[in-house]
Amino acid sequence: MNLLTALARLLIFPGILFAIPAAWFFLWVERKSVAMMQGRIGPPFMQPFYDFIKLLGKGTPPRTGIVGGLMRAWPLIAVSTAAGAVGLLPVLPSSGGFQGDLILLLALLEVPSICIIAAGFTSRSIFGEIGSAREAVLSVSYNVVFLLAIISVAASQHTFRLEALAQAPATPLRWVGILAILICLPAKLHLNPFSLPNAEQEIYSGPMVEFAGPELAMWELSHGLEWVAATGLVATLIAPQMAFWGLSALVFVALSFGIVLLLSALAAATARLAIDTTVRFYWQCTIIFAVLAVSSALFMRLRS
Amino acid sequence: MRLWDRLMCYCRKRSPWLFHLNSGSCNGCDIEIVAALAPRYDAEQLGVRIEGSPRHADILCVTGPVTKNAVCAIKTVYGQVCGPKAVVAIGSCPATTNVFIDSRTLDGPLGKHIPVDVFVPGCPPRPDAIIEGVAKAAEILAQRGSKPIEPVLTDEPANAEVQA
Repeated sequence: MNLLTALARLLIFPGILFAIPAAWFFLWVERKSVAMMQGRIGPPFMQPFYDFIKLLGKGTPPRTGIVGGLMRAWPLIAVSTAAGAVGLLPVLPSSGGFQGDLILLLALLEVPSICIIAAGFTSRSIFGEIGSAREAVLSVSYNVVFLLAIISVAASQHTFRLEALAQAPATPLRWVGILAILICLPAKLHLNPFSLPNAEQEIYSGPMVEFAGPELAMWELSHGLEWVAATGLVATLIAPQMAFWGLSALVFVALSFGIVLLLSALAAATARLAIDTTVRFYWQCTIIFAVLAVSSALFMRLRS
Repeated sequence: MRLWDRLMCYCRKRSPWLFHLNSGSCNGCDIEIVAALAPRYDAEQLGVRIEGSPRHADILCVTGPVTKNAVCAIKTVYGQVCGPKAVVAIGSCPATTNVFIDSRTLDGPLGKHIPVDVFVPGCPPRPDAIIEGVAKAAEILAQRGSKPIEPVLTDEPANAEVQA
């Protein structure tokens, strides 16, 4: 991958120029589909854009020193890493990439979550600290399944290169892995039934409680970009191979849209679970997928 | 007016985020606020969202006749809402203290403590009246944002910065 393709992927497609409107669109789809399932009309199409611009124009509480600096820095780090993760997705055919970009993608996907944990503790609010502790516990729980599933899919293909992984033929192991990743996505995106870090009734939005104005706008944007990156990762694993780049971009957007609808339906249909139930769910129930994926990956390696 | 200011003004009007504060209400008005967001009235069509933290909110919706215990909390929460902001007094209680007038446990009405922009009278007011009040407050908010003059009404200033 030369510098020009890398820049084009990061800045144009599937990077910032595509990802930011897509983030707003996915946030709207989530709110609209939840509203429609509840028998409401829901927010207008441009609502996430209005919210973002309005938050940019709001004031922030006066903060000085290292706490002020950190509270401004965390949302910016979260936005830039989420945008970087979207830029790494192998959407277009023969768009380049490098050996090990899957590992970089997984690391970048994890940084916003770490930023949220750090932000809650930096805010020094008791509600923020509770939210951060919940986020940390949740992150430890779902990441075991999430990482094992992706790594076993990659290990069975003998590559950590995203493009080679996207082009690999669909095997039963791959579908087990995709299913395991899909089960982890509601927790990664803080959706019901795993929305306990940002529970707005119990702990006043958790880690975000002290953030206002432009900082909150950046958190909203990073949440939207996480939607694009996480659904995009699954979409690239599901998408069939296309020779024409326009068609593959369309398939990518359509598959991501389908996954957003699926997750929104789950969020609208379920209520928030308690932390112990969530942890038990991931450690006891879904670990079976991860074990299945790892064992079949080992089996495939032994056979080949 | 510059293009950015016009866009900001429009976005403020279309995206009012509420924080609901109960200052000793009987819960009648609180139920009506929830009803305004529920499927029959669906205030989310106007971009209305109830927020968990006052830091995220634009409009403070206060119910109740303001008990003595609640005064400090009202001033704190009003200070925690970042500008530009507006206050909607929902129900007859925050406007006049209603049937609780002359009670020794009250320090109302609300206008004594924080500047109120819109009063929505009623005991309780209907959800469509609450939505209309919030929409009016959003317009006031948009105008206030373009001319950043905060209303000053109280004799002592609100507590500007209180950490939890």
